Order: sequence, then structure tokens, then C-alpha cells
Amino acid sequence: MAGAKNHEYHILPPSAWPLLMSVAALTFTSGMVLFMHDLAGAGVVLGLGIAGVIAGFYLWLSSIVKEAQAGDHTPVVQLHLRYGMITFIASEVMFFVGWFWAWFDFALFPSELVEVVGGVWPPAGIEAVMDPFALPLLNTLILLCSGTTVTWAHHSLIHGDREGLKTGLWLTIILGVVFSFVQFYEYAHAPFEFGGNTYSSAFFMATGFHGFHVLVGTIFLAVCLRRTYAGHFTPRQHFGFEAAAWYWHFVDVVWLFLFITVYVWGGWGAAYH
Amino acid sequence: MATTAPSSASAFQAHHDDHAHHHDADHKPPFFQRWFMSTNHKDIGTLYLIFAICAGIIGGAVSGIMRAELAEPGIQYLGWWVEFLGGGPADFDKNGHMWNVLISAHGLIMVFFMVMPAMIGGFGNWFVPLMIGAPDMAFPRMNNISFWLTVAGFCSLMFSAFVPGGTGLGAGTGWTVYAPLSTSGSVGPAVDFAIFSLHLAGAGSIMGAINFITTIFNMRAPGMTLHKMPLFAWSVLVTAFLLLLALPVLAAAITMLLTDRNFGTTFFDQAGGGDPVLYQHLFWFFGHPEVYIMILPGFGMISQIVATFSRKPVFGYLGMAYAMVAIGVIGFVVWAHHMYTTGLDVNTKMYFTAATMLIAVPTGVKIFSWVATMWGGSLEFKSPMVWALGFIFLFTVGGVTGVVLANGGVDDNLHDTYYVVAHFHYVLSMGAVFSLFAAFYYWFPKMSGRWHSELLAHIHFWGFFVGVNVIFFPMHFLGMNGMPRRYPDYTPAFSYWNEIASIGYVIMAVSMLVFFVNIAWALVAGRRAEGNYWGEGATTLEWTLSSPPPFHQYETLPVIESHHDYHDHIGPADDRPAH
Repeated sequence: MAGAKNHEYHILPPSAWPLLMSVAALTFTSGMVLFMHDLAGAGVVLGLGIAGVIAGFYLWLSSIVKEAQAGDHTPVVQLHLRYGMITFIASEVMFFVGWFWAWFDFALFPSELVEVVGGVWPPAGIEAVMDPFALPLLNTLILLCSGTTVTWAHHSLIHGDREGLKTGLWLTIILGVVFSFVQFYEYAHAPFEFGGNTYSSAFFMATGFHGFHVLVGTIFLAVCLRRTYAGHFTPRQHFGFEAAAWYWHFVDVVWLFLFITVYVWGGWGAAYH
Repeated sequence: MATTAPSSASAFQAHHDDHAHHHDADHKPPFFQRWFMSTNHKDIGTLYLIFAICAGIIGGAVSGIMRAELAEPGIQYLGWWVEFLGGGPADFDKNGHMWNVLISAHGLIMVFFMVMPAMIGGFGNWFVPLMIGAPDMAFPRMNNISFWLTVAGFCSLMFSAFVPGGTGLGAGTGWTVYAPLSTSGSVGPAVDFAIFSLHLAGAGSIMGAINFITTIFNMRAPGMTLHKMPLFAWSVLVTAFLLLLALPVLAAAITMLLTDRNFGTTFFDQAGGGDPVLYQHLFWFFGHPEVYIMILPGFGMISQIVATFSRKPVFGYLGMAYAMVAIGVIGFVVWAHHMYTTGLDVNTKMYFTAATMLIAVPTGVKIFSWVATMWGGSLEFKSPMVWALGFIFLFTVGGVTGVVLANGGVDDNLHDTYYVVAHFHYVLSMGAVFSLFAAFYYWFPKMSGRWHSELLAHIHFWGFFVGVNVIFFPMHFLGMNGMPRRYPDYTPAFSYWNEIASIGYVIMAVSMLVFFVNIAWALVAGRRAEGNYWGEGATTLEWTLSSPPPFHQYETLPVIESHHDYHDHIGPADDRPAH
């Protein structure tokens, strides 16, 4: 861009990705509306929207990676990225606050107006809940373990041990995928259905959004692994990896809160499935 | 000298030399790239301002339909609009739904697509980087998607107006989208489009917040500590934190609406043990910070303007900065004062009454500090200053009725009456909007390089000032007499002040024509504006640049000298060292 720049900030050339992403996002949400109301063209519009959003992410993030490799990410720009990631995670925390708020409201003040809840928690209509010390505890251990493997990867990276980095990342991604499979298995065998009462509404939405974040975090780590094979990241500069690790730890912490408040405390006293 | 950051002028001895690089720095991309693929904070700010003006015209026109309908008792025009917008033959239900759609559209458009884009996206984008000595925002590309997602959100809201939403076309839920009206009460896709509109605009705003926080923390010019930063930048920083922490809770709440509506969850459905009041808690946990999001940048603008036209540093700079921080923090713990009539127990009401009144303290700090800034100042009544004075007066009126409404016991009677409508329009249409016009006249020549007519700006001010007061002041009487909000019809007992209010709308609308004429004239034939056209009272960094500033400013960063700080500066404005 313009000539004699005497500072370390990143001045970017014009980019089509923001407009593309916005159009894709509007297409996606419009497709969702059509889908939810069984209207004509839902499949096409929703498909285009999803494809557009994925393509937008791919193109945009590719640009960022290229710029990073080209040396545009000076120390101050890396600091920006850190602030950006921290504030993004803070906003994500507040998103989960909303779901936990609903959960606590329902659990502490169960409705006495309808038989399906009957003034008790878990609601009278919930015959059994998942045994928190069976698969959910296993999943807790899996996520905690993945937190250590991602730290292993990080330390290997800092000490210039590329093989250790690859091993640590591979293990983290595998643990993330196993977590998702266990979660999927649990959903499929849940003793209650989606919706219809407060317990299964808040349970599935809170754990479901967590599951979605696990998926995103796993993809983020997989991108880091791919970049590792491509020779990216140096012991001194590897913010892409660190952002993925931060995000992964965030997902881990949300799970710990879910495990304690939803699975253990929230199901206390009910029959275990 | 001086302005909000009392260190300012003398300290802002900018060591940069824009002219040396003027040719390179002013190289602009071709039209499509420049305006549709922008990564330039000033261009994106301009886009936001144009967008906000367009949305404001639509939102203002909607309120015109409302004032026409309310000018006399009975239903006059709603049926015509039902049929005009394609809703088929009008009937009682459709007319009522049309009214709900109009009030919802007015609220959503003015909050999310006029005030927020203008304040934060428009002026924030333009002037935060300029004031802190930054060449651009921290994330220039993300800056652009913040804008385009706002446009996408607006499109989604417009789609909603033409699809079924219950007893007619469009989303008729109010801007608060309360369940169960927004769930079982609104069959059809309209409310889903409206919900996604908020998702899209909200995502854009969260990204904007991330951008501003990062920019303000990391890109201040060398030597500009946080305690030397102009108050407008402070106001946007606090606002960005409110956006960052409040909007995701709204996202969760409206996602619950979406799944209740379409996927069988029962968050707000009593049949499954759900709780409609939970929605109100979640909404207002966002909604109360949201009203500060709409006014805090205005506080920042007014501080800059009052200091400039008093030719004094703002009184109590640090107190002003931390008053905004205090308002932001307390703003998160007062939300249930919007819910006094939902059956909160009396202790809860007492807490929320006390906490809400507490906000009057930092707000009072601001009002008194603006007055103290003017005290003994060398006042100049240029157009931005008269708008700022109008702001201080009218915002105080709105703030005082806010203290009245803060009382849980009093609000039991006033809740959902026109007294509340009067209150929040005094802080918004007179608070937020007056600060926007003040900022517009303050910075328009800086942004465009051309002068507006000061005479027309003053005419605009007086027309608008008289108009909005004639609209909204009688609403206090109507509310205290018991006229409820959100109805298109009323008993003839309320007709006198309603007719007056509708006449006020006409006065206000005519003054807006003066505004548009002024801007059009300025852009076509306005006199060229120099760099610092307000003179020695204007001391922040944007006044060291040309008008309009080069496409890329500060290619060599300005340096703020450290030996001048607010502790030292007690003198008058004229101790500015020669460059």
C-alpha cells in the first residue's frame, strides 16, 4: 500500500472477504428461516449459505496465514491478535453465561405450574438422567488430558522439537474427536428427548453449543497441524497455534462448568440411566 | 488549549509531516474496491454514516406514520398501510398487528441501525484512530465485516416486513421481542428474520468492539497514556466493553427464542416449565448496557465539543473518564428496573431501585463537569456547541425522569405508559441524537473538507429543538394520566396532547429537511475547510491533519511529549508552543 510507512502496524489492501462473508451469512440465516418453515428453496439457499460461510472462512484465514508467513505480523500486530483473541473468548464466555443462566433459573426455581416439571429438579417428567460418573466423567478426563497434550505440543514448539509438536497436536485432535464421538453416542442414547421441558431444552442447548465449540476448536487445531507440516510456526512466533490452544482451554473450562453444574449438581437425586 | 485530555495541545506537538508523503498517502483504490472492499477506517466510517442516515430516514418515516395515526383518536391510516404493504384486506387484527410492526421497526431500526452505526461505526471509526494518533484500526478487514454484517442485519429486518408474522405481515413484537408474543404469539417467518437480523448486526457489533478495544489499548501514539487520551476515545473504549460483554447474552436469549419457536424447546414456554420472565432477565441484562452503549459515545463527543468551544480543558478530566467507567460497570447490575411489574419480590425491587439511582452519581459528575468546563470559558456558540448545550439540557430532563422511574414503587404506576416513552426519548432522541448532530457539525468539514452553512445548522437546531420538545414533553402528561404505550388508539380524553405531539413531529421533520439541504449544499458548493477550522480550542490530534485527512494518516506516528501532563496544566489555552 501507500508509500513511506514508518510504523509497524499492518495496513491492509482492499479485501473482498468481508463482503463475501456478510452475503454468505445473510444467505445462511435466510436459508435457516426457509428451512424452519418448510418453504420452497430452503435446501438451495441454506446450502449456498453454508458453503459461502465455509469458503469465506477458508479464504479469509488463508489470507491471514499468507500475511503471517510474509512477515506482516510484526510484534505489535501479534499483540493485536492476542488482544483480539482474548476479547473474542471473553464474548464467548458471556454467550455461555446466557445458557448457564437459563439452566440455574430452571434448576433453582422449577415450575410448579405444570406436571412435566412438578416443582422438582430434575423435572418430574425426566425419569432418568445420564450417570455423570460414567461417560461424562470419561469425557471430562478426555478433555483434561487433551489440555495437557496441547501444552506438550506448545512446549515442544517453543523448544524447537517439531516431532513433539506434531505428536502433541495429533493426540489433542484425536482426543477432541473421541470426545465428540462420546458426546454423540451419549446424545443418541439419552434417556430423554430434545425439548419439551426445561431440563432437556437447557441440557441439550448448553451441551450442544459446547459440542459445537469443541468441533470448531478441533478444526482450529487441525489447521495448526496442517500448518506445522507445511513448516509454519517458529519457536518465537506462532500465535496461530497459541490462539488455538487458548480456545481449546476455554472449551475445556466451559466443559468443567457443564460437568459440575449440569451433569453432577443438575442431575443430583435423580435416577441414573 | 486543551480539550478533554488536558495535556493536549501543547503536548500534541506532532512530529509527523504529512505533506512529505502526501502523494503516496493519498492514493485511493478504484471505486468498487474503495467502497465495497474497504480496509480504511475513514471510508468505513463514511459508509456507516451514510447507512445510519438512510436507516434514520426509514426509522423516522415510520415514526411519522405513527404520529399521523395518533394525531386523533380512532384508526385512520393503518388499514391503508396494511393493504399497501401487501397484507390483503385490512381488518381489526391486521390493523393492530400493523401498529405493532411499526413500533417494532421504529425501535429496532433506530437502536441497531441508526444510533449504534452512527455513534460507534461512524464517528468511532473516523475519529478514534485520528484522536489517538493511529494510522488505522487494529483489524482493518474485520472493521469492514462489522459494517457489512450491519447491512446484512438490516436486510434481514426488511425481509421480515413482507412475510407473515402472526395476524398480519411483519414482526410485531416490539424491539424487546418478548416471549410469548414473539414465540407462540407470532406464527410465521417474520420474527425469525427479525431474530436473525439481531444475530447478524450483533455479530458485527461484537467484532467492532474487539476492534476498538484492541486499537485503543495498543495503537495510541507514543507518549499518549490512557490518562492523556481524549475523552471521546475513552467513551468508545467503555462502550466497546459493554458491547463485548452484553451482546453475547442477547445472542443466547434470541437463540432460545429461535429454538422455542422452531425446535420444540421450552425455555420460555410454561407448558414445558419454561419462564417468560427469564427472557426478560436475559434481554435486559443486555438491554440496559445497550442504552449506555447508545449514550456513552455521545458523552465523549459532548466533552470534546464543550471543551473546544469554551477554549478550556474539560473540567475534571479523570473524573469524567472514570465516571464513564462507573456508568459502564453499574450499568450491568441494574437491569431488572425494566421489570418492576413482572412480580419481582420487594427486596429485589429495593436493590434495583437503589442500584439504579446510584447511576445518577457518575452521570451528575458528567453534567456538572460540562457546566464547570463552560464556567469562565471563552464561549463560542457555533453549531456544534448549540447542539451540545441542547444535549446537556435535554439529557438532564431525561435523566431526571429516569430517577423518577428508578423507584420501583412509582414505576408500578408509570410502567408501560407514555411517561416511559417520554423518558427514553429525552435521553435518546434528544440525548443520543443531539450528540450525533453536534458531532456531525463538529466534524463534517473535517470529514468532507467542505463547510456546511452555520446559519442553516442553527436553523436546523432550533427547528429540531422545538419539534422534539413539542413531541415528547406532552407525553409526560399523557403518561401520568395513564395513557398506555403501544396502542394505535386511545380515549378522546388524551386527544389534546396527542394532537400537539403530532404537530411537533411536523416541525421536527421540516428541520430535518434543512439538515439535508445543508449537507447537499455543502457537498456540492461548500467552502473548503482548513485543517483546524475551529481554532485554538480544538486541540486533539485530528486537528493537526488536513480536512479531509490524507487517505493514510500518521505514516510517521505523532509523538506526545511526556513532560506535559494534566497535573502541570492549569493555564489558559494560549500557552501552546510554536511549532
